[in-house]
Amino acid sequence: MADLTTNFLGIASPNPFWLASAPPTDKEYNVRRAFEAGWGGVVWKTLGEEGPPVVNVNGPRYGVIHGADRRLLGLNNIELITDRPLQTNLEEIARVKADYPDRALIVSIMVPCEESAWKAILPRVAETGADGIELNFGCPHGMSERGMGSAVGQVPEYIEMVTRWCKQYYDKPVIVKLTPNITDIRYPARAAHNGGADAVSLINTVSSITSVNLDTMSPEPSIDGKGSHGGYCGPAVKPIAMNMVAEIARDPETRGLPISGIGGVTTWRDAAEFMALGCGNVQVCTAAMTYGFRVVEEMKAGLSRWMDDKGYTRTSDFVGQAVPNVTDWQYLNLNYVAKAKIDQDACIKCGRCYAACEDTSHQAISMSPDRVFEVIDAECVACNLCVDVCPVEDCISMVPMRPGEVDPRTGKVVQADYANWTMHPNNPAARAAE
Amino acid sequence: MAKGQMESGIVAGRLPAETIERNFGDLHPPLAPHEAAVAADRCYFCYDAPCVTACPTTIDIPLFIRQIQTGHPEGAARTILEQNILGGMCARVCPTETLCEEACVREAAEGRPVEIGRLQRYATDSAMAADVHPFSRAAPTGRTIAVVGAGPAGLSCAHRLAMLGHDVVIHESRGKPGGLNEFGIAAYKSTQNFAEAEVDWLLRIGGITIETGSALGEGITLDGLQDSYDAVFLSIGLAGVNALKAPGADKNGVRDAVDFVADLRQAGDLSALPVGRDVVVIGGGMTAVDAAVQARLLGAQNVTIAYRRDRDAMGASRYEQDLAASKGVRILTNVQPVAVHGNGTVREIELEYTTSEDGRLVATGETLRLKADQVFRAIGQTLSGAPGGLAQGGGKIAVTGPGRTSVKGVWAGGDCASGGDDLTVTAVAEGRDAAMDIHASLRAG
Ligand SMILES: Cc1cc2nc3c(=O)[nH]c(=O)nc-3n(C[C@H](O)[C@H](O)[C@H](O)COP(=O)(O)OP(=O)(O)OC[C@H]3O[C@@H](n4cnc5c(N)ncnc54)[C@H](O)[C@@H]3O)c2cc1C
Ligand SMILES: Cc1cc2nc3c(=O)[nH]c(=O)nc-3n(C[C@H](O)[C@H](O)[C@H](O)COP(=O)(O)O)c2cc1C
Ligand code: SF4
Repeated sequence: MADLTTNFLGIASPNPFWLASAPPTDKEYNVRRAFEAGWGGVVWKTLGEEGPPVVNVNGPRYGVIHGADRRLLGLNNIELITDRPLQTNLEEIARVKADYPDRALIVSIMVPCEESAWKAILPRVAETGADGIELNFGCPHGMSERGMGSAVGQVPEYIEMVTRWCKQYYDKPVIVKLTPNITDIRYPARAAHNGGADAVSLINTVSSITSVNLDTMSPEPSIDGKGSHGGYCGPAVKPIAMNMVAEIARDPETRGLPISGIGGVTTWRDAAEFMALGCGNVQVCTAAMTYGFRVVEEMKAGLSRWMDDKGYTRTSDFVGQAVPNVTDWQYLNLNYVAKAKIDQDACIKCGRCYAACEDTSHQAISMSPDRVFEVIDAECVACNLCVDVCPVEDCISMVPMRPGEVDPRTGKVVQADYANWTMHPNNPAARAAE
Repeated sequence: MAKGQMESGIVAGRLPAETIERNFGDLHPPLAPHEAAVAADRCYFCYDAPCVTACPTTIDIPLFIRQIQTGHPEGAARTILEQNILGGMCARVCPTETLCEEACVREAAEGRPVEIGRLQRYATDSAMAADVHPFSRAAPTGRTIAVVGAGPAGLSCAHRLAMLGHDVVIHESRGKPGGLNEFGIAAYKSTQNFAEAEVDWLLRIGGITIETGSALGEGITLDGLQDSYDAVFLSIGLAGVNALKAPGADKNGVRDAVDFVADLRQAGDLSALPVGRDVVVIGGGMTAVDAAVQARLLGAQNVTIAYRRDRDAMGASRYEQDLAASKGVRILTNVQPVAVHGNGTVREIELEYTTSEDGRLVATGETLRLKADQVFRAIGQTLSGAPGGLAQGGGKIAVTGPGRTSVKGVWAGGDCASGGDDLTVTAVAEGRDAAMDIHASLRAG
């Protein structure tokens, strides 16, 4: 059996599944139950500064995107950071950590962007015995308008500055949680790195409006007829999150900076993908909010079974394995030529591939009067659209051509060697270099 | 050449061999991977799920379905088999319509439950196909336990004991293990020798010896077993059958339904198995339905189930009744047999109408006669061969808690023991729980 224990920044946890800072980690009751259910660690719901806590709306906080069978695909929220007193949270954190020494317990913090505010809270967090802190620079709603959350996360200089304060006033690991509401994720990541962060975690939620009620003309969730943009999360945001993770993992300036992957992790496979892209562990929020704490059982069993199948004995065996295969478009091999192929036995003759190719691609599929669909190799550019819209798994496949064969579309012989855009004759830059 | 359905008497080959083969194909064909993915997607992963409570072996159904969703059917199988080592057979034979699927919240919502049984089969089939036994044994304890009867209860108990590090010797009176999985279950539920394959797979845990042709009461005694072993588990099922108390019941052509279904299961070539043209089955349980349906599938022209109470009182579920009806079996209720007519060989059966007065069955005096060249008795199995000295109750070996009999060191479970329904899954649960209790008691003392 594969060993799921992870050591992230020197913090050991029995498995790489942590609960992200959010309602599931809002209080002692939840966190104890989460640990009993088997979660490896938690990032406590974000704490704010001493004083009267923030208040939340008293109407719906969530909007949702459903699949046809009401499968939750994306969730949006307008919740703020913890609305419970700081002291209460700190006492609870200390108690839980004392009772679960083998689990990771990270405290998420968001206080104003002033040195005194951080200087005040950090020693109090340190006293709890928690394993580290996560700086919430991500919340896109409510807090950002007050100059916190993503308002900080969108300004790399602030990130660097606050990270530096934290490293100065706190001894244990400092994780910087990044907002995706930015054009190039590498800048905030580099800033965190320069400020001395031990790791980055990402993503926080994506600014969003999930739906508009066409009767009341209010965005959802609607509070007394009005709505506000919220933070989007859940399965729908995973591709956005994975790209951002990969960008940081392969950026020479942040290479080796540990990453905690967040955004839509719902199954063991999602976790494995994030980890292959360089995450030392993952954090989960929406999946737990949708299915309950027990969902971690499938994640653990599935990851361990997959690792056994692949012969990985510990998570570090595969963390980052996909990073070298993430590259820029200009380095993709233009000598790689494939053609779509339709398995006539598997085909159910729905014609979706035909509609897609005929109407919106390259007119490379023929249709006979008796509904036989065939790829015209002389037209097929191997775009994959037919594969993607086909309802039958493995019915249409992409078959690479062998070197030496002639591509009937271009009339050119397929070359065995690798050639990319930087070397291509059509590339003005390539010509200039000659 | 097929004899045809009109041929009178009990003859083989009423239907062409291909038709018979098709008739006895899988009742619930296995799900293809895409179908399984779609079926699994319907599960809501309910909190404290009602289906789990409804399963006698308490399989974590939402978890195993989620494991199918996420592409790990073998992981799903492990979740199933940890609770129910005969999860493969149960996936085929459980009356899910009265167990897990009845409890499914989507049954309440839409009248269409998640197909738990078929998904369970999908998972366990893939584990069997992988051809590895997923469990290993704990360090040897040096203890040996005798199990009597190699049906689902005995096999489940033996497997759990072996896993816990004990050695097990199963004494089985028949020539083959499996109990009713091998000799009872309808052929269209356990196709392609599944029962035998499952037993072979189960035994790969190691530490289990089966002595066939070894019957308690013939050569071996309970005292003897208690002397030679550290504990005894009795899982002898219900080896007796109730007799039909009607004049003429000894005529040729009248036989026990359980013998007919056993013949069906052991027949190498079903088209060589004889069946009557006009078949009457007396009874209202699963055995009656199985005998009637299979008689039809073999080519009997007219098959009637004659049951003495009304439909709701039938032991067979509504689903089973509908299955029988869909195969062309006629279900006649509120009739009881009064005589079997014929000259040495049955020709007609005479039935008398009944009504129920304050829950009591009362004969009305009005009778009817049905043409019959074959009559099957399916009016209940009975405990037979239970050792004296063990307290009994309600025609079964009396047990308390996890199968403890009145005698220390002797446990019992499955159909032969009191409590629980007479179902494969219940037998598996009772065998497993008794094993845990035997283990605890051996460790304690
Ligand atoms: C025709 C029929 C159809 C059925 N269909 C279904 C169904 O579809 N679904 C379902 O859930 N249940 C079904 N059942 C019920 C189910 O088969 C039983 O509940 C289940 O097999 C009970 O398991 P068991 O281990 O207690 O007994 P059995 O399966 O009866 O096994 C008992 C074993 O003990 C052996 N034995 C008996 N006496 C002795 C002795 N003195 N010494 C040594 N060995 C002995 C027997 O040979 C047998 O192998 C059906 C039953 C019948 C009869
Ligand atoms: C209701 C809700 C409240 C959240 N509150 C916080 C928070 O206080 N601090 C924080 O860092 N992230 C917060 N998040 C973001 C999550 O921690 C996480 O980054 C995000 O939901 C993406 O992960 P997921 O797709 O698994 O949900 C919140 C998310 C939700 C849904
Ligand atoms: S989940 Fe439902 S019941 Fe619970 S607090 Fe929210 S609105 Fe209320």
